[in-house]
Amino acid sequence: MTLALDVGWGTTLALKTIIILMLVPAGALILGYTFLLKVMSHMQSRLGPMDPGGFHGWFQLIGDGIKFIQKEDIIPGQADRRVFAFAPAVVVISTFLVFLVIPAGPDVIVKDLNVGVFYALAVSSLSVIGVLMAGWASANKFALLGALRAAAQLIAYELPLLLAVVGVVIQASTMSLQGIVFDQSTGSIFGWDGLGSPFILTQFVGFGLFLIASQAELTQTPFDMPVAESELVAGYMVEYTGFRFLFFFIGEFGTAFAFAAISATLFLGGWALPASWGISVGVMRFLGPGVLFAKIMAVAFLMFWVRFTYPRLREDQLQALAWKVLIPIGLANILLTGIFKVAF
Amino acid sequence: MILNLGPQHPATHGTLRIVVRLDGERVISADPIIGYMHRGYEKLTEFRTYPQITTLINRIDWLSSFANEVPFIAAAEQLMGIQAPPRAQYIRTTLTELSRIATFLLFLGEMGLQVGALTPAFYGFRDREHILNLIEAATGGRFHPNFNRIGGLKDDLPWGWVNDTRTAMKTVFDACDTFEDLVAGNEIFEARTRSIGIIPAELGAAYGVSGSNLRASGVNWDLRRDGKPYLVYPELDFRVWTHPDGDSYARYWVRLQETREAARMVLQLLDKMPSGPIMTKVPLIIKVPAGEVWVETENPLGQMGYYVVSRGATGPFRVKIRSASFSNVSILPWLLRGVFVADVITILGSLYFILGDIDR
Repeated sequence: MTLALDVGWGTTLALKTIIILMLVPAGALILGYTFLLKVMSHMQSRLGPMDPGGFHGWFQLIGDGIKFIQKEDIIPGQADRRVFAFAPAVVVISTFLVFLVIPAGPDVIVKDLNVGVFYALAVSSLSVIGVLMAGWASANKFALLGALRAAAQLIAYELPLLLAVVGVVIQASTMSLQGIVFDQSTGSIFGWDGLGSPFILTQFVGFGLFLIASQAELTQTPFDMPVAESELVAGYMVEYTGFRFLFFFIGEFGTAFAFAAISATLFLGGWALPASWGISVGVMRFLGPGVLFAKIMAVAFLMFWVRFTYPRLREDQLQALAWKVLIPIGLANILLTGIFKVAF
Repeated sequence: MILNLGPQHPATHGTLRIVVRLDGERVISADPIIGYMHRGYEKLTEFRTYPQITTLINRIDWLSSFANEVPFIAAAEQLMGIQAPPRAQYIRTTLTELSRIATFLLFLGEMGLQVGALTPAFYGFRDREHILNLIEAATGGRFHPNFNRIGGLKDDLPWGWVNDTRTAMKTVFDACDTFEDLVAGNEIFEARTRSIGIIPAELGAAYGVSGSNLRASGVNWDLRRDGKPYLVYPELDFRVWTHPDGDSYARYWVRLQETREAARMVLQLLDKMPSGPIMTKVPLIIKVPAGEVWVETENPLGQMGYYVVSRGATGPFRVKIRSASFSNVSILPWLLRGVFVADVITILGSLYFILGDIDR
């Protein structure tokens, strides 16, 4: 059975644009609702977010949205107004760009770049510019400290992030995300292909590195010095209110969604189910996004679990972890992967 | 770069301002500026009668307010030459230890918050609720019990309270185990607190640091055991915990052990609780004979003392309050030199002060 989609390129482009524009806020809302409000409430035995509206506090998110929109839009007197206003947009835009290359089905993808992995990681690090803009333009020392910390941290963790991915790229012999997904779904473990060959089994070191480094890229808890509430109050976001703050929030959770999607694609097999299960391409067009979503939620649960539980490292400890631990491990992983690739 | 931490900063527990001079992220000097919420309690006491004063002084350290009332009432009782009946003494001791547990449970959770872990803080609040419920059931107030009277207590314990307390102590032990696993056992927490903010024993004593902060530097000194006997502490069997390191981790560890020890003391007190009256005979209008007295107790935050001067009127002539936090914080300029900004927060958190206790 095949279900062919036959529409003109203009319609396709419009559809893709709309979907991508919706993905980031939708992802942010889903993650924010599921993890920030519900999972966290359960983990911390919080009552507040579980109460409004009755069943499981379903109204909390809507209430938060209303609250954000009606807040006063304040720009500090000393701030560089245009840079200050534009910074949240830069942060969010980088997240939109990441979703261009993430496949959600055999042909549900905006553009299957042959340097997809490289592109995704490069684009995701654009947000550091927005963070620096925000911190500098706020004319606030807490914001400046936060922005400089963020810059140092994002630069330091870009390396382990890339190194973690190189192993996958070597194994799949392609940098296209779609190619990596196909390679996992058609692969086999010691000749048995019932599960395909998700790279998490062979690249578990890379998966761990990727999770840690993406946690740092997202400035989440073990590595959240840029926004450290207890010391820098909110870091680079300290002067932002209302809707602009909501933009940062969407950027943060949207990027978390994007990174969870990338790691699900690289290590868990992405949208695909093992090829040996014999599900046709036409069905996977509709099933694929659901499969990918389930895997995204699984990865995101890990990320947020750590976020809610762990304390925060100090700035120098963070740098030491990146340069002295993660990068050597990443390099060793590449070396081993290369040897195995040549040997077998 | 000069960075103003506070007066309104989440890590300072109130309106404390610390002017920090920074070189990059390293602190060159740090000057705490206090007095943003000075309430003039020592002066206010001169215009009130003795029974009215308890409502003031239990607002000094608002997290363990019952423990604040005890030394003042003891001072007045000593001046009048009366003593509360044994049952009242036992209840006082129990409630003092309960407020110690309540304060420390909050600290154990909040220390996680200072290093960025959100969850322990909520656990701290959740478990503290059990203790506050007990205090409320016994005294009628959650934060400001105002339960002590000169010569005894306002009321007897409600029916079933003793058993409820026994049950609640189990949750306290559980909570301590949780914090030991979740916070003290965490590698990142250890990395953030070990050998950070070391207070040498002699220097700490010279600055007047007291309580758990000093015991964490290895000084085996506890007014419950070593001071002038007060309440029923001499009849209890308890251990004074110390830690040799004197760093932020040691302060956390000592408070963790003291929380358990306090829960054990409460269980002992409940077992030994005598029956009898809870109030001695006191005149309807309390006039305290002329004289001076100094009473100090081991409060959750450290040594707390009242110097009461009476000239035979219904109110004191002069009261000097020595609260622990002021001295504990006075070591900050020395302690904060050369650390990182992030360490400033953990050190502040581990010293554990209440702004009301500093400013009064």
